[in-house]
Amino acid sequence: MTTPPRAGGAPLTEGGTATAQEKEADAPPPSGRRPGWRSSVWTRLAVSFGIVVIAVVLAYLRAGNGVVVWQAVLTGLLIGGVYGLIATGLTLIFGVLDIVNFAHGAFLAIALYITVQAVTVLGVHPYLALIAAVPLMFLLGAAVQRFVLAPAMGKPLENQLLITLGIALLIDNLLLLFYGGNPKSAPLPGDHGIGVFGAVATLSRLLAFAVAIVLAGLLYLLLQRTRLGTAIRAVAANDRGAQMVGIDTRRIYMATFAIGTACAGAAGVLIAPLVTIEPTSGELFNIVAFVVVVLGGMGSVVGALVGGLIIGLTEQLGGLLLPGQSPLLAVFIVFVLVLFLRPQGLFGRIG
Amino acid sequence: MTATALDPSPEVVALPRPAWGRHAIAAVVLGVLLIPVPLLLPQAQQAVAVRILVFALLSIGWNIMSGFGGMFSFGHAAYFGLGAYTSVWLLVEKGVSPWLGMLAGMVAAAAFGVLTGFLALRYRLKGAYFALSTFAFAEMLRLIAINSSFVNRAVGYNVPLRPQSSWAFMQFEPGSPNYFWIALALTVAALLVSIFFLRSRQGRFAVAVRDDEDAASALGIPVMRTKLLTIALSAAISSLAGAFFVQYYFFIDPDGAFGSSISIQAILPAVIGGVATIWGPFIGGVILGPLNDLTATLLRNPPAALSFLSGRAGLDVILYAVLLILIVLLLPQGVYGAIRDRLRRR
Repeated sequence: MTTPPRAGGAPLTEGGTATAQEKEADAPPPSGRRPGWRSSVWTRLAVSFGIVVIAVVLAYLRAGNGVVVWQAVLTGLLIGGVYGLIATGLTLIFGVLDIVNFAHGAFLAIALYITVQAVTVLGVHPYLALIAAVPLMFLLGAAVQRFVLAPAMGKPLENQLLITLGIALLIDNLLLLFYGGNPKSAPLPGDHGIGVFGAVATLSRLLAFAVAIVLAGLLYLLLQRTRLGTAIRAVAANDRGAQMVGIDTRRIYMATFAIGTACAGAAGVLIAPLVTIEPTSGELFNIVAFVVVVLGGMGSVVGALVGGLIIGLTEQLGGLLLPGQSPLLAVFIVFVLVLFLRPQGLFGRIG
Repeated sequence: MTATALDPSPEVVALPRPAWGRHAIAAVVLGVLLIPVPLLLPQAQQAVAVRILVFALLSIGWNIMSGFGGMFSFGHAAYFGLGAYTSVWLLVEKGVSPWLGMLAGMVAAAAFGVLTGFLALRYRLKGAYFALSTFAFAEMLRLIAINSSFVNRAVGYNVPLRPQSSWAFMQFEPGSPNYFWIALALTVAALLVSIFFLRSRQGRFAVAVRDDEDAASALGIPVMRTKLLTIALSAAISSLAGAFFVQYYFFIDPDGAFGSSISIQAILPAVIGGVATIWGPFIGGVILGPLNDLTATLLRNPPAALSFLSGRAGLDVILYAVLLILIVLLLPQGVYGAIRDRLRRR
């Protein structure tokens, strides 16, 4: 009647799940450079570092004041560590389930509100909320994957994108419904500025950075050294093959989504003392995490950490290089450039 | 191979006899039947009806690029916002009639769509990467608008009020049925354009490229040009919604023009009504439009069980979100698509 039928629409296979073949089809095209060039992780790190140094020098020339630039670098690195943790969760989900998860920021927002509850109702230290937030978000992630996302596995990518978008809208507005739109805060008791070679960093930022790096490191060990982690990497590399050697891929999908969501939960608690807490607070972090994931390479945990630091720096230095513009603009410019020039990111996929 | 949005059935179906004429007649008849609507409805409901048409129009545009063209856009706010800002800038700063502003907005949106689309396609972005790039471009426009004194920064624009109503400047007394009729004419025109686009050579190229790019290219279809023309048409239609939106609500700011909520508003009606169907976006708009008003009424005088929600916001979007998730999971063809398939099977 209306639509001409779509001959040979989605190249789905009998298995029903996204196949390795499909993943390859979705993967960005290889860059046309000579093979071997920039092949080593260290070379890529060095190139990234070189670009960062150039940006710092440009910012120095623009601002003409070393302390301002050093302050920007310090702030950028500290928040970048937290971006790295948020993006680690997102990149796992991206790499293993092939889902563009628009709900990641909303999960983070739930953790922000859990922290607010802990501080205002129980009157405890905000970081104690980690004890509740991480397991709760793990369970929520597992439930969401099992009951909402699993039925859509293997469907065209847009279906999952739309479902996670629906989940994000649902969570944001449930928070709005129950907590109202007024901004809330969860300050760290005894927070104060600490001088670091002339610049100032608050204790809350230093702690958030340190804990985020430790948690991301633990996650890296989990992926590299445990049976579960090995299974997750196997599914990311080739889910059909993983199934053949006896890995329960459906359980791995659920566990991965749960771990990714728990990362968002942990990061939410860590940044709660740093931000104004509103129902939509998570959106910004969702956007930044996407940029970090694409920059670091979808599915790469190391890439997410390095990417997080780079994007933290981009935001701060961008504020110096493009005065009068939003710091996010620099982030988006970097994002688009990476999409065009190196869509596979700095570190490629897991495994 | 691009997987088409929300189509779970990859099997090849024989082309049904096209019924373009019937669709076109249905669109015109629908338009004529809806003409008396503003005269029958009280003013508050009339505003809901106009809102439905604006977002149906936006979504009809989205559907051309993402449904028929298979290029999933998560940044249609860029085109909506360019339509809105171009027309209101010309009106406020240069005194140009919004009708001409609409045309200029269409050109601006189409040009932006072609430029960004060319970059994204030139670097062979697909699927999630393509969607994220459209999102990034819309966000960049939003951030630039917020920080540019050229377009009044975050304040945005108010449409200057005129002493009396004027067709030339598309401004009438509040509650005038003319607003509804203009929106209706634009929506019916957009429906007709999408019907004729699909039956045209260009539209068939677009669908062929969506279904199998390599095969289409092997048949000699210029893939890049086809995709860019599809994007341009889609952007131009969505920009109309933006230009009309400003004239109707008298106000626009960067978040209301380029914000991600507008991109979502472009996607939702089409997904709920049926992606890649002619009538899907319109039907989705009719389903979604009144939800906002219904929940507002409900929360103003809530029943006892919901009394703790009185005066709270967010319920309408919660309903959208649940509806979106349920539709994608249970009726991936959308409401119209599901009904059509059921009728066809009989």
